[in-house]
This record gives sequence, structure tokens and C-alpha cells, in this order.
Amino acid sequence: MSIAAADWSSDVFRVLQARTITTVCTVPDGGLTRLLKLVEAEPLMRLVTLSIEQEGIGIATGCWLAGSRALIAMQSSGVGNCINALGLPTALRAPCLMLVTMRGQWGEFNPWQVPMGQATPPALEAVGVKCFPVDKAEEVGETFAAAADMAFNSRVSAAVLVGQRVIGAKGFGQK
Amino acid sequence: MSAASNKIARRPFIADLLARRGRALIVCGLGSPTWDCFAAGDSPDYLYSWGGMGLAVPTALGIALAQPGRRTVCITGDGELLMGIGALGVVADQAPANLGILVLDNESFGETGRQRGLTSGRTDIAAVAQGFGIARTMTVMEQGAVSDLATFLFETPGPALAVAKIAITDDPWALPEKDGAAIAHRFREALGLQNA
Repeated sequence: MSIAAADWSSDVFRVLQARTITTVCTVPDGGLTRLLKLVEAEPLMRLVTLSIEQEGIGIATGCWLAGSRALIAMQSSGVGNCINALGLPTALRAPCLMLVTMRGQWGEFNPWQVPMGQATPPALEAVGVKCFPVDKAEEVGETFAAAADMAFNSRVSAAVLVGQRVIGAKGFGQK
Repeated sequence: MSAASNKIARRPFIADLLARRGRALIVCGLGSPTWDCFAAGDSPDYLYSWGGMGLAVPTALGIALAQPGRRTVCITGDGELLMGIGALGVVADQAPANLGILVLDNESFGETGRQRGLTSGRTDIAAVAQGFGIARTMTVMEQGAVSDLATFLFETPGPALAVAKIAITDDPWALPEKDGAAIAHRFREALGLQNA
């Protein structure tokens, strides 16, 4: 874990705290490890482990319907599992905030990650999600804050796409 | 499974059940469960659904977690539940004591032409729920079980899942509001939440 990677996770965590986003639903990803640990250690927050990412869309929508705020955090491959589900918050005019760590993008080693990784922004845009790509660790926090404010204040779906350049490409020991 | 005529008739069954709900919030799965609840008498405590198949239980879970002092009961169909069956694992893991789930199981895809569903064969949803770790399950086969079912869903500590084996019936259309923004607005307003 590089210092920069640690920093953006802390920045996102502070944004969650400042905006009382108290539930974090996730199918974990390597790039989310530090953020998820911070959430798990915070007694005022709830980490909800999912079996598939689409469940998070329903849970987050239910949270908002009943007066609380949630984030769905996932790897880009999980975005494909959410497409039909993303119609729910749109139909209800409910906010939906997603944090996506990208694969299949910057220096990808695994060809199985490339199709969904490359399709993530157009697939999200096709179902009306506003995408906030970010490729610099120091800009993740402010980008996430902007996306969260847009989601909860304008009641739209917004996804912050944390680039693989920020996370670091997984190499499995390859040069 | 016995002849359809011996199975539960959904409309009077749901009407009888909902008359016993107290202050419980009701999350209706898409299709017939939504029509059944609306036909029993409209309420702002009902969250109707016209889509998002597989998301009724996750939505109910989100509501239950955000309103721990309020009973929340999801009423959905067998096909709707199976499309998001992993959510039962999430429910078991979060273990909200205020969440009940009722699966109206007619063993078919009722809205699309009554094609056979997986529960017409070897799949038993109550057993699946047990396997996921939902310890309290119940299967009801008779109209007369509604009193016990109401106690199970609305009063005993959750998470609790009941399966009601219901008949395939021809019921009159009963279609509620379909503007999701209006449904959500009304639901939140009834909970005393700001809609601004």
C-alpha cells in the first residue's frame, strides 16, 4: 500500500463522516481495503457485506427511503451486476452514490478484467449515472465529496471511478 | 403439491394479514404482491414496486436498518426472491430483529404467462433461507394459518422468513400509483422525513 493510496481512502472516509453517510455496502476490492477497514473500525458506521453488488443498490435506496444515507463500494466488474438495479433509485428519484475502483484499465495484467473495465463508464452513463473519473490520488477526496453532494442534494445516481493508475495495476509478480 | 383449489387464495389472505400488521412498514415486491397489497387497502406505509426484480428484500433490509424501531415486512413472490436470493445471506449476516419476509409462492412466473418456476420442482425457499442462516422460517399451506403467520411476521424477533404456498388465481386488476417519485415521497412523508 503506497502512502498516496492510504491518503485517498482517509479522504473518502472523512467525506463519509462529514455527510453522515453511515452505511457502506460492498463486495470488496483490493483497492478498497483501507477504506473498508476504516469503516469497520468506526462504531457509528455499518459495513454491509453483499453477495452481489446489485443488492447494495436496493439497500442504499431503502436506507434513503427510511432516513439514512449509504454508499455502495465495488470493483468495476461489479458495475455490470448493477445495471438493471440502477433503475430503482432513478424510478424513485432517490439518491445513489457509488465508489468504483477500476480494473481493466491502466496497465491491466488480467484480460478477463478488460471488457467490463472498459465498459464501465459507458454502461453507467447508459442507465443515467453521472460518472466522476479521477486519476490522481490527491483529487479522490474532493471528487467524492462533489459526487456525494450531487447525489444526495439533486437526488441522482453518481459514481466516482477511481482509476487503476491510482490503485496500482496488479502484477502477480510479472515485470 | 396438492390441487390448486386447496391452496391459499392470495387476495383475501393478504387482506386478512395486512389487517393485523399494526404499524409495520410493507415493502411490496413487483407484480402481484404489489397488486395484492393495494387491493387490500392503500396506505402510505406501503412501498409499491413496478420493477427492479430481485431488489425487494434488499430494499426492505435498508429500511429495516434505517428504522430499527419500526417493524418492516417484505411481501414478495418466489421468482422475485430467487432473482436476488443471495440477499438472504446479507439479511442473515446483518440480522435485523425488525425484519420479516413473506414469500408468496405460486411456483410460477405469474405476471408473464404462468410459466413454471423453480419452486414447482425441487427448490424449497424456506430450506434455502435456513441454509443462509435465517433460523426462523415457517411454511404455511392453509388460509386459516393467517393468525399464526401475522404473529410470526409482525411480532416475533426477526429476521424471519415465511413461505405461503398460494393458488394461481384470476384476480381483478388493482394497480396503485406507478410514479416512483410519488410513491417514495409519500412513504418518506409518512415517516416524518424531509422531502426537500
